[in-house]
Amino acid sequence: MAQITAFDEMYGLGDAYGRASGGEPAAVTSGYRAIQNWLDQSPPELMATRRRQAELFFRRIGITFAVYGDPDAAERLIPFDIVPRILARSEWDGLEAGLKQRVRALNAFLADVYGPRDILRAGIMPEELVLQNPGYNLHMVGKKPPGGVWTHIAGIDLVRTGPDQFYVLEDNARTPSGVSYMLENREVMLKLVPELFDQMKVAPVETYPEMLLETLASVSPRRSRSGSAPVCVLLTPGRHNSAFYEHSFLADKLGIELVEGSDLFVRDDIVYMRTTEGPERVDVIYRRLDDDFIDPLVFNPASMLGVPGLMSAYGAGNVTLANAVGTGVADDKAIYSYMPDIVRFYTGEEPILGNVPTWRCREPEALGYVLDHLAELVVKEVDGSGGYGMLIGPHAPQATLAAFAAKLKAHPEKFIAQPTLALSTCPTATDAGIAARHVDLRPFVLTGANDVKIVPGGLTRVAMTPGSLVVNSSQGGGTKDTWVVDD
Amino acid sequence: MLSRTAGNLYWMGRYLERADFTARLIEATQRLAALPTSYGGAGNAWESALAATWMTQAHAERGLALDEQQISDFLTLDPANPSSIRSCLEAARANARSVRTALTEEAWEAVNTAWLEVSRYGTRLDGRDAIGPLLELVKHAVAAFEGAAQRTMLRGDAFWFVNLGSAIERADNSARLLDVKYHLLLPRGETVGGSLDYFQWTTILRTVSAMTAYRWVYRDTVKPWLVADLLILNRQIPRSLASCYDELLRHLDLLASVTGKRGPAHRLASAGHARLSRSNIDTIFSDGLHEFLNQFIIDNNKLGEAIAEQYLF
Repeated sequence: MAQITAFDEMYGLGDAYGRASGGEPAAVTSGYRAIQNWLDQSPPELMATRRRQAELFFRRIGITFAVYGDPDAAERLIPFDIVPRILARSEWDGLEAGLKQRVRALNAFLADVYGPRDILRAGIMPEELVLQNPGYNLHMVGKKPPGGVWTHIAGIDLVRTGPDQFYVLEDNARTPSGVSYMLENREVMLKLVPELFDQMKVAPVETYPEMLLETLASVSPRRSRSGSAPVCVLLTPGRHNSAFYEHSFLADKLGIELVEGSDLFVRDDIVYMRTTEGPERVDVIYRRLDDDFIDPLVFNPASMLGVPGLMSAYGAGNVTLANAVGTGVADDKAIYSYMPDIVRFYTGEEPILGNVPTWRCREPEALGYVLDHLAELVVKEVDGSGGYGMLIGPHAPQATLAAFAAKLKAHPEKFIAQPTLALSTCPTATDAGIAARHVDLRPFVLTGANDVKIVPGGLTRVAMTPGSLVVNSSQGGGTKDTWVVDD
Repeated sequence: MLSRTAGNLYWMGRYLERADFTARLIEATQRLAALPTSYGGAGNAWESALAATWMTQAHAERGLALDEQQISDFLTLDPANPSSIRSCLEAARANARSVRTALTEEAWEAVNTAWLEVSRYGTRLDGRDAIGPLLELVKHAVAAFEGAAQRTMLRGDAFWFVNLGSAIERADNSARLLDVKYHLLLPRGETVGGSLDYFQWTTILRTVSAMTAYRWVYRDTVKPWLVADLLILNRQIPRSLASCYDELLRHLDLLASVTGKRGPAHRLASAGHARLSRSNIDTIFSDGLHEFLNQFIIDNNKLGEAIAEQYLF
């Protein structure tokens, strides 16, 4: 297994872990100085106590995450690391500008491919890649969602490989999850280490629910209803869904009803919810249910989770769905590889955030390269998510590589490949003391009818296994609180 | 409020109440079973516990023996028994979880903690010593939920639906408990008022934590008709049928004050309440306690169904 030398966000390049006390004082990046002091002053027993304390907090508030296909782990805690991940304000400002630019381009792209298709006429990407994409939803052709917004909530996954090198790893334009961890992680840290917050000026994240509610209200199809606020609801597949905790958490923080499909019905193209006082009209549905399940009359007829007639009400412009139907085409990983061009095309600017170099296996030349270098690359399904079905070449045994090569040859269009990135590492509390673990970052970008907003930071995911590059919670990854700190 | 939410809250209230009742029943049964036969130690104490939860048939269908261990396993931790303490808390927590937003953080944490702690006991009791701490835990957990709800929940429909659920369930449990005593506990040939009878009636009082209350209210030795009076008609005892109906009526009225609508549930609750107010214990006994209780259980179930129908869950 190839050992990767990664950039550490506390110590820079070169491993300084394990010789912090006694030896040469390692060079520490500015944002992390207070963290290093804090770690130095915390004996292992104290760190262990804090970790137990944190676990207790999470267990009590019931934050759990169900893992598909693992009956024993029906409800498991996502590991939480008590060492915060630090971003300097100056670093964040750059990221924020890049994220806003990218999400504006994503929304423009979606409006375009379901509308005039300028980008296809301009020949920026092959037509069939969009029009025959499984994420391209024919029901949305010619439609314009209220407020003109398609991806109201986008989760843009960022990775870092050096002091100034941030890349977008993927765009989640459908129903990105994880924001509840961002919010709860902060709550737990505030209880756990108030002394650190006294020393460091940490940008708050607790405004997220407020911003989300504003975003949802801004795209309501009924604008002027004698001053009364639009009725927003959060549509969940139910308590068996892996992210149910997040759904209930968000509905609670937003102060909106958490509904299941059976709580809603459609009459004369208007959506109502069943209440103890009779039907109540619904304006905006923040849905955490995939396109395929939202309306059994139009999509998956076996879906018990959706609302019959919802698409018809949506088409009539009487209800807003956030995110819009059909955004999956924008988080397809083959489309992703064109994002720099997409940003240029719609904004006329150079992309602030770069892409990870990507081989599109649908192109014969690229496929040849990927097959020759499989052991060095990461291969992903174009429509995959959650870390399911991906290959990490350097960590895969020979047999897996061979099996994957066969899959690639059979359906090259279903895959893309990327170099195995040396994801940055952060100091992380482990049973064996503080050690470096690889991380990524998912900021949540909100787009309303009037503006694009982001809370500072996002969700840092951390691979808890030494050397592992897989940060997905479904694959055993953990989370950290992310602090944007004034320089 | 969403109808489904109202339904979940109502059932959460019922399941928590049932878990608490079952825990108390088992404690009382242990006490009864431990008595020497000459003092009324009934060989069938555990069977009567099954009967009080109306689980005799379900127990037999599972092919379990009628001994202490298998019955207490069945009533406490058996996942196959939908009314076992474990199942009740699991169901209560599942209901709470799907309406997380309708509960306060503290009320949710109480239900969640109750389930987490009970689930740690697994699906079978690990020896006789395990049962005591388990029952203590359940009683504390339900009290903790009620305390959290009482102290933190908005006085609104969510709170009222939880209370409706627990009041319906509590009335049902009290009625079943009394009914079982009257018909099952007493072996053939034993006279009412004998020593066996005394311990069994006191067991009932202990089950509902009303032994001391009995003394304060009646200042008399334990007499069957007074025990029945206490549990059916006495408004000072929170578990009495009359108290439960006071509460049902009050919460239904509060709901009506918000929705502006009254319906079949209000009519049935008022009728039940009036019936209890009109009754006295002498006529109940002369007309037959069993018949009275049986009719009460049927009417109480009807009220439960009417609530579900009226609020669409």
